[in-house]
Amino acid sequence: MTAPLTSLDRPNSYIGRSLPRPNAKRLLAGRGRYVSDLRLPRMLYAAFLRSPRAHATIVSINADEARVLEGVHLVATGADLAKICTAWTGTLDHFKGMTSAPQLPLPLDRVVWAGQAVVAVVAESRAIAEDALELIEVDYEDLPAVVDIDVAREAGGPQVNPGSASNICFRSQLDSGTVDDAFAHAAHVVEEEFFFGRHTAVTLEPRAIVADYDPAAGMLTVHHGTQTPYQFQDLYSRHYGIPEARVRVIATDIGGSFGMKLHVYHEDMAVVGLSILLGRPVKYVADRIESFVSDIHAREHRVRARMALDTKGEILAMDVLDLTAIGAFSTYPRTSVVEGNQVIRLIGAPYRFRNYRATLEVIFQNKVQTSQYRAVGHPIACAVTERMVDMAAAKLGLDPFAIRAQNVIADDAYPQTSPTGYRFEALSHQACLKRLHEMMGYDDLRAEQAELRKRGVYRGIGIATFVEITNPSPAFYGVGGARISSQDGAIVSLTPSGEVRCLISVTEQGQGTEAIISQIVADQLGLAQEHVKVITGDTEVTPHGGATWACRGAGIGGETALQATRALKRNILEIAALILQEQPSALDIVDGEVVDAGTRNQRMPIAEIARIAYFRSDTLPPGTQAQLTVSHHFAPQGYPFAFTNGIQGCSLEVDVDTGFIRLLKHFIVEDCGRVINPMLVDEQLRGGIVQGLGAALFEECRYSDTGQLVNGSLADYLVPMPMEMPDILITHVETPTADTELGAKGVGEAGTAAASACVLNAVNDALAPFAATINAIPITPTKVLKALKRF
Amino acid sequence: MDFEETAVKARAFSYFRAATIDQALDAHARAGDDARFIAGGQSLVPALSLRLQAPRLLIDITHIAELRGIRREGACLRIGALTRHCEMLSEPLIAEFAPLLHAAAPFVAHPAIRNRGTFGGSVALADPASEFPAMTLALDAEIEIAGSSGSRRVKADDFFVDLFETALQPGELITAIYVPLFKADQRFAFDELARRRGDYALVGCGMLATFTSDRIDDIRISFFSVGNTPTRVKGAEAALIGFGLDAERIAAAQAALESDLAPPENDEVPPAMRLHLARVLLGRLLGRLGEAG
Repeated sequence: MTAPLTSLDRPNSYIGRSLPRPNAKRLLAGRGRYVSDLRLPRMLYAAFLRSPRAHATIVSINADEARVLEGVHLVATGADLAKICTAWTGTLDHFKGMTSAPQLPLPLDRVVWAGQAVVAVVAESRAIAEDALELIEVDYEDLPAVVDIDVAREAGGPQVNPGSASNICFRSQLDSGTVDDAFAHAAHVVEEEFFFGRHTAVTLEPRAIVADYDPAAGMLTVHHGTQTPYQFQDLYSRHYGIPEARVRVIATDIGGSFGMKLHVYHEDMAVVGLSILLGRPVKYVADRIESFVSDIHAREHRVRARMALDTKGEILAMDVLDLTAIGAFSTYPRTSVVEGNQVIRLIGAPYRFRNYRATLEVIFQNKVQTSQYRAVGHPIACAVTERMVDMAAAKLGLDPFAIRAQNVIADDAYPQTSPTGYRFEALSHQACLKRLHEMMGYDDLRAEQAELRKRGVYRGIGIATFVEITNPSPAFYGVGGARISSQDGAIVSLTPSGEVRCLISVTEQGQGTEAIISQIVADQLGLAQEHVKVITGDTEVTPHGGATWACRGAGIGGETALQATRALKRNILEIAALILQEQPSALDIVDGEVVDAGTRNQRMPIAEIARIAYFRSDTLPPGTQAQLTVSHHFAPQGYPFAFTNGIQGCSLEVDVDTGFIRLLKHFIVEDCGRVINPMLVDEQLRGGIVQGLGAALFEECRYSDTGQLVNGSLADYLVPMPMEMPDILITHVETPTADTELGAKGVGEAGTAAASACVLNAVNDALAPFAATINAIPITPTKVLKALKRF
Repeated sequence: MDFEETAVKARAFSYFRAATIDQALDAHARAGDDARFIAGGQSLVPALSLRLQAPRLLIDITHIAELRGIRREGACLRIGALTRHCEMLSEPLIAEFAPLLHAAAPFVAHPAIRNRGTFGGSVALADPASEFPAMTLALDAEIEIAGSSGSRRVKADDFFVDLFETALQPGELITAIYVPLFKADQRFAFDELARRRGDYALVGCGMLATFTSDRIDDIRISFFSVGNTPTRVKGAEAALIGFGLDAERIAAAQAALESDLAPPENDEVPPAMRLHLARVLLGRLLGRLGEAG
């Protein structure tokens, strides 16, 4: 049997091919180099005394006994660090009117959440530092804690920042079309209030940092488990007054990140200061409880939404109020309002209607900060939109597929601008809907559901369309004044042995960034992939760039590598042409050999070109200067974001006596443009979906009414585990972006974006025979049994 | 052990490996009872790392041969205190003579924990959410305890006193658990409702019944995750003894749980919900018990 030849059949065609990550074997063999593993000579260990109160004045701190404990080198308070570190404020200019109090590594006189670091101890071991913490006495005087959203919004109620007029951080309103008119004349209106629980990233490796200040050289080196080394180089430089060139941030292997590790944390800033004060390396690794009370949380939202439809089920308008509580500060430097902003801008995004109004209110409270975490805002927007669509379908007696097919923007109608101002280059909702319907075996699933219901087995089927924001331009952060790059840089060299080394600013967190960059470089140059070495994550070595966040690594970093490699290839072929007395255009490179472009006949290995250029330049024509290292930067232009789209589906079973939900199967049809490595893309989708399913059923940071996190351990905070996860079936539609040669868009957040919406719809579908609906995630047995009035 | 490692967070303690029960008891007494016995360490080590406990001395009992082994002794199975949870799954004697323990074992946490955690340790800790302490009640087991004044045996019914509080006195050590041999006229059932496999259950239950044809002559039903201690539900038992397992009897047993159980306040699982789940679980298990005949 012979399959037709495809572009993958030519040599070195790595773009579009499933290949293992070159670093996977090293990590599996236990040879990872995580910051948690790092031990430097003369290194000391930091531990933090944390506030047991959600909101209190610090009356006094007595650390005398701790200071004299053997092995303790330093006890530092807020005042000590404030002398060397300037305060930061988590606002961005393009969020008009937003406010947030200045922050310091450790507080001066007031704690604002339970778990906030108050005093730092540096000692010869973590255990000694912990011993010292037990000897420190802090006297607090309680202030009224603002925990609940309603309490936070009460006029004259307690304030997170005493003296301020309200607990509002930011308000924003979108209004396009004629919303009131649309509702007034609508045949049908559906309405619901949604509740979304806080959750957090729970990375396998907690936050870890080793700061190493060398006073002799005036040089700060920070080994930091982060996605964004350049951002931190800039921040450490500016807040500690060290020239940027003397700050080096190294981010090597990292045990999970998911957006959580690109924010400024008080402990991390403190550790840098502690190292400066001591002139020695200082290490801090958050333990699991510390992670729960100090890593950013995400997604505490309450959304009231209405949707208007005509008699046939055409969506006419949506009207939305999103209240989100973000903790006591807005997170620096990316703020805590991006999530809400994306919620109100993404609601309704797959659909054609033009009348849209949304109000966003971002509220301070005495909890740990929220900020960007995988699929920022998307799951909220998707759940609200897709549940409304299902409610409308039920009201009109339409099938969930039919109402979506009727309302999505047609695949041939692009470009389009959404009512919220997002510009869509080309999406494929119709194609995705059709593929999902086939892949799920939808009609059979419905027939089986009906059959099982007769026997008292309640299955639910849910679907959810989504739009994802990827490849962000400076419109994301740069315009707001943040020194966060949206461009990337690469340096590509031909080594003397004819291999290629690529230093690039995008970073690797286990998703395979280095793998796909090496695929692109090998593909574009014409070389076996194993002869490409990719180096990431060191500000002293790799060029400045945005690094990895918001699904930009493949789309922007990949294009940077592609263009850099093409430039290097041109340079190689120029030298080859001189040696072979040909025109460069008559030559090509295949499998590391220069060949005749027409006949593919081998002429000479590129290793020979490298040998001549590096060691026998005397044999080249006079005036020839071989440029076998190319540096190249690429910033996205054209559309401000490369939007992607897709649709997910799921089948599950609700035990109506126990409220337990069993996930049976999950499906996704996804369009991320050009797929570079199908295996890595699929595994990103699976991982993202699992995180979304965790949000749907399990994960929630629960607080007492005094602002104490009550489930800050992995026994009580439930993350999704393999036994509860369904098989996940994946298929792709490919609509490449025309903004780049590569055509790739992002994919890392698509799974998370719609998984919880899908489950929400499926659970409500399962409960349809009962007078019970669910409007909150996570969907716990408690919520299901309450809805069913079983207790 | 490398104390430079960041992971080591427990307060400093001394360590003694006992070769005999007497050595272990002596060491405990000499430490002025500021000591803890350690076997599998699956609960103690996290408590040390969290500094919830900070004893001066840890006495390692894992090398005491007398605490090992499973054997028949008269009408009982003697299960050594150091028997690991995984052995409850793999040991033929357990499968044959204490099948309720065999059935409960897969629900105890995860394989890594089952490979280390011990039966005696689990019973001694008396976590009200744990499977095995509750099963000693259903099995009418006896707990053998060694102390400075010699050895004694305490009925499981008398062993669990309050939250993490048992009949064990300071310095005493569980040496073995005696379980009556499973008989041909007996049936058992076990299940739990946990949100994820391996988690502490929202409600769990195990039962052992003696039948004459289809009539229940005797039944012991024990719940976990329903209060401060593993809990036998004597009202439900009484509703069943002397009857066949029909829908009416099952409903009566379920109704009796209302007075048998008093689930605690909890932010996630309100008492009424836990009671409801206990009723559902009891109904399902009694249904299975009926089918097993």
